[in-house]
Amino acid sequence: MSILINKNTKVITQGITGKTGQFHTEKCIEYANGKNCFVAGVHPKKAGEKIFDVPIYASVKDARAASGALVSVIYVPPGGAAEAIWEACEADLDLVICITEGIPVRDMLLVRNKMKQKVARGGKETLLLGPNCPGLITPEEIKIGIMPGHIHRKGRIGVVSRSGTLTYEAVAQVTELGLGQSSAIGIGGDPINGLKHIDIMRMFNDDPATDAVIMIGEIGGPDEAEAARWCKDHMKKPVVGFIAGVTAPAGKRMGHAGALISGGADTAEAKLAIMEECGFTVTRNPSEMGKLLKSLL
Amino acid sequence: MKIHEYQGKELLRKFGVATPRGIPCFSVDEAVKAAEQLGGKLWVVKAQIHAGGRGKGGGVKLAKSLDEVRQHASAILGMQLKTHQTGPAGQQVRRLLIEDGADIKKEYYVAALTDRATQQVAIMASSEGGMDIEEVAHQTPEKIIKVFVDPLVGLSDAQALLLAKGIGVPEGSVAKAVDTLKKLYTCYMETDASLAEINPLILEGDGNIKALDAKFNFDANALYRQPEIVAYRDLDEEDADEVEASKFDLAYISLDGNIGCLVNGAGLAMATMDTIKLFGATPANFLDVGGGATTEKVTEAFKIMLKNPKVKGILVNIFGGIMKCDTIADGIVAAARETHLAVPLVVRMKGTNEDLGKKILAESGLPIIAADTMADAATKIVAAVK
Repeated sequence: MSILINKNTKVITQGITGKTGQFHTEKCIEYANGKNCFVAGVHPKKAGEKIFDVPIYASVKDARAASGALVSVIYVPPGGAAEAIWEACEADLDLVICITEGIPVRDMLLVRNKMKQKVARGGKETLLLGPNCPGLITPEEIKIGIMPGHIHRKGRIGVVSRSGTLTYEAVAQVTELGLGQSSAIGIGGDPINGLKHIDIMRMFNDDPATDAVIMIGEIGGPDEAEAARWCKDHMKKPVVGFIAGVTAPAGKRMGHAGALISGGADTAEAKLAIMEECGFTVTRNPSEMGKLLKSLL
Repeated sequence: MKIHEYQGKELLRKFGVATPRGIPCFSVDEAVKAAEQLGGKLWVVKAQIHAGGRGKGGGVKLAKSLDEVRQHASAILGMQLKTHQTGPAGQQVRRLLIEDGADIKKEYYVAALTDRATQQVAIMASSEGGMDIEEVAHQTPEKIIKVFVDPLVGLSDAQALLLAKGIGVPEGSVAKAVDTLKKLYTCYMETDASLAEINPLILEGDGNIKALDAKFNFDANALYRQPEIVAYRDLDEEDADEVEASKFDLAYISLDGNIGCLVNGAGLAMATMDTIKLFGATPANFLDVGGGATTEKVTEAFKIMLKNPKVKGILVNIFGGIMKCDTIADGIVAAARETHLAVPLVVRMKGTNEDLGKKILAESGLPIIAADTMADAATKIVAAVK
């Protein structure tokens, strides 16, 4: 078991013909069961063509109809990425993963509210992971995104983080200790995104194949605190927490668009304090996330 | 990206928000001429820097004669204006705004910003205008009212009315305040702003509503489609090294410590800074080389870090994913040679082609200290600079 995706997931790639899309699609196909998972690509003008043996369709709707895939991954450049997300929602997919970095916040605001409106009017809910995220992986089954596959190993630890390389750091520590991951999820560094820490924590809590979780956050926004408060009342599994940015100055955007301290409650210290209060085992030393987790098992 | 007050007011006027008449100036003579041109008997001489708190720092003065305009302009232009937002060194004043004096009857606060929790646009208003809003939020939070706007619908009349009445705008001016709020919202959305703040928004003796100040911040992701906003950019107000870094697509931020750090990925970069601090030193910068670093990019990153005279050592932390460790190692060796690196360098590499990368560094003949973990790297660089 795992969360969100497994070896039977069928995936549509939006932006499969671009440089980034091609590069990562090839790696995803090579990983574990990828060859059977990545079943369709989308390009409005290249319908009927193939890339890495994957057939290309003119739209997400066509791709879904032909392949039965209910998940898509987006590598479309920032200017068209929000539109690509909406196309996936209109095709009633289950899950759309947006890797693209640099989407204007206004575009994300509009598409997120359109998604909510669709559900409010009785339409099907499509989950969004990202944007500006590395994607997600269920080791030795399927990888959707840009993370290096070889550092992962099948196991029973869940990893969730806003940052890509910090997710890899946690994953590598877990793997080196002889443990492995049930799923590792990057939710992305943008201020307006889809699935949040709280959503992923809920899924890990319900997943019988996950024994413990490493939850990594960073400065800016209320998400980690919200997730911690939920965990206090509901989480049945041990959680190790780390927040990056204790040394980040206020008012500066630290690389990620969403990593910006704007008040008192979204500093690293404030979040660490809330997580500790809510029963997480927190650390200020990111090299110890794996060891600490192992000690809790 | 931030802009000056006079530019913000220009934007607001474009969207129909009333402001006092004003003229931006770059010299004392221009300032006096501007006052003459505006006419009247009362002017405000305002320092234009990107930081807030200018009034308290002595950067805003009333003038009752042209002589006083000259006097204040001479004093303010060129001064190092220190406010709670500039840091102890202050910011040099290079531009002034000469404005009509206003007949202020009451000061309010209004602002638009994106709310992450609701994923809507928050419009905030307060009766306590002219004050630091953080202070108001802390001491009298009940005096701030907020509405959340669904961007698919826009700010409704009912919401704007709730705000205007909530902050106590007198009956005769409510319609004007509602109009101003709706225009502020439109301006916020159409310019891809991340903050649009009017503090104070004033009620004049004749019942008119005007923006007496304007503070904007814009979404960097959207600048590509906002050429008019980009034209407002004032590089004098930005950190020179950060500007230089951005030319090479490097996310760089200057900090106060003495350990330079070069990392791939924003989260890992912050985690590296935090680890340096945890082990007893302080980081000199935040530097994310991104996912696709080339030898050229790494060399530029080294040059920018080494420009900072406080840097006593460098820590490189790379988690190779898409980026291969051997590529980065080549870059580090080239950069160390080109910059004649004279400070200790600790490198921690992990991930794709890790062994190859480590071999390149070891065989380079350069005094590079290798480390296994972030903690190990921090321990080693802290020891090396002592």
